[in-house]
Amino acid sequence: MTAPGVDDAVQQKPPPTERRLHPVTPLRRAWAPVAVLIGWAVHDPDQTQRQLARLTTTTLLLALAVLIPAAALYGFLTWWFTHFSVTESELRIRTGLVFRRTAHIRLERIQAVDVTQPLLARVAGVAKLKLDVVGADKKDELAFLGEREARALRAELLARAAGFAPETAHEVGEAPARELLRTPPRDLALSLVLTGATWGTLAAALVVPPLLWLATHSVWSVLATALPLLGAAGASSVGRFVSEYDWTVGESPDGLRIDHGLLDRTHETVPPGRVQTVRIVEPLLWRRRGWVRVELDVAGSSNSVLVPVAPRAVAEAVVARVLPGVVVPPLSALSRPPRRAARCLPLWWRGHGLAVTDAVFAARQGLLRRSLALVPHAKVQSVRLTQGPWERLWRVADVRVDTGANKTVSARLRDAQEAAELLGAQAERSRTGREGARPDRWMV
Amino acid sequence: METGSPDDTQTTGNEPVWTGLPPRLLTMRRLLLVVWLGLLALALGLLLGLLAGPAWSAFALLPLALMAWGWVLLGRNWASWRYAERADDLLISRGVLWQEETVVPYGRMQLVEVTSGPVERHFRLASVQLHTAAAATDATIPGLDPAEAERLRDRLTELGEARSAGL
Repeated sequence: MTAPGVDDAVQQKPPPTERRLHPVTPLRRAWAPVAVLIGWAVHDPDQTQRQLARLTTTTLLLALAVLIPAAALYGFLTWWFTHFSVTESELRIRTGLVFRRTAHIRLERIQAVDVTQPLLARVAGVAKLKLDVVGADKKDELAFLGEREARALRAELLARAAGFAPETAHEVGEAPARELLRTPPRDLALSLVLTGATWGTLAAALVVPPLLWLATHSVWSVLATALPLLGAAGASSVGRFVSEYDWTVGESPDGLRIDHGLLDRTHETVPPGRVQTVRIVEPLLWRRRGWVRVELDVAGSSNSVLVPVAPRAVAEAVVARVLPGVVVPPLSALSRPPRRAARCLPLWWRGHGLAVTDAVFAARQGLLRRSLALVPHAKVQSVRLTQGPWERLWRVADVRVDTGANKTVSARLRDAQEAAELLGAQAERSRTGREGARPDRWMV
Repeated sequence: METGSPDDTQTTGNEPVWTGLPPRLLTMRRLLLVVWLGLLALALGLLLGLLAGPAWSAFALLPLALMAWGWVLLGRNWASWRYAERADDLLISRGVLWQEETVVPYGRMQLVEVTSGPVERHFRLASVQLHTAAAATDATIPGLDPAEAERLRDRLTELGEARSAGL
């Protein structure tokens, strides 16, 4: 009563137009019962054999006659009852047949947008769209949308999240992208050959099963160990090659674009100011070629790779684009822990280092596999100083910096006095660092 | 009771004003220790004495020794806890052997939680826990006076709102 104008405004607003997912979606759901049956058969082969022997043609037909329509109906109903709509500030997803579920995702909170296309989806010309928000569920992805629709929706969501007026958000269209880096397949293959994990899993897969055979002479136990080991070996070599094939990093006004994949294509967009941590990793065997791998942390996102392999200079140029105004501190700029830190961590203490610049907190660790983590001051959520009894004896302490992506970057074994000063100074920097940051809506 | 407006605790020098935890928390923890270990010693002594012979019941001294050790440990741990509200951040310092000092800028606070269990309520105690977007941020102040806990909660939320910054 007090503010009739507001009431009217609320009522007058037209309800957002709701849309449904692509009609092939039910087919995806139809797989579920089949998968359950196969899972049961693999889990208990003897039982399955006995059950199968008992089956007659009639019962089989009867079961099929019940099962297939049931699965189809389930798939159809879940598809029918799933709606989504884009409002001025939210993406709304309404789903559920029996247990209703409504998710409203605030667009200015978007940390990243992923459009993924598994192989079969590519054949069917559809794609999944997922918004990475802190606390978002696996359920909050839109699977499936038509390929073109997914791209248009992504462009619209990003335009709205960026702060374009709602009337124009439709027409803004896809922001133009400029390619920063493309990984040649040869380099990628070579980098995987030069990775210890590839050979480690392969060696385990080749050595463990024969040894087990000699020890037990049991086919089942050998198979049960060999299959997972082979799977791991395949995933860490061929699997990584396939998923990191044609890795492209681009830059657009909407933020960073990461596209990759040979069979399953993934297109990720990270809006400006969403990157919490960047890590430059340098495995031992890559050092001669001067290659590095760059990893990044975005809150709520599962992807952690920015560049699978690239020469150091190229990688640093990419990092400079991802974290504007950040220069990767050279090795000489990093200060090592004091010599007495060797009493706490023999040998490996040399791998640790720290540099604090105007823009980032940079901590290095590792002797063989070097890793340099960069945290922009504005992304620091809290700072901690920890010191164990042995460390206190040698007057050293660790400073840990927690970021919003649930990762902690540690500067280990600093001089105790220096660490105490660092703690105060870092808290101050993380507070003031925020002032220069861009707004959540990056186009306003 | 308002101990200070933001200007009051302004960075007048960088020395933070530390506050310890109320002695009631120590009393409660020691009481719990004595009750549980006392019961354990009694049960152990009786069982061993009846089933294995009186000499065996000497093992009941083990929990008693543990109790004495725990008594000292609890005292030292209690004395090590302290916190300070500065103009822009909250400091929490704790630990005897493994010391830890946490700084949380007010602007990063996502949620302030005040909890109090039945035993704590009986001793008029409440815990304040701060959550930031980083789960690793472990900023808990156990066993505060409920009035102080509420004051701290209100002040933290107020300051957090004023200095709010997202991820």
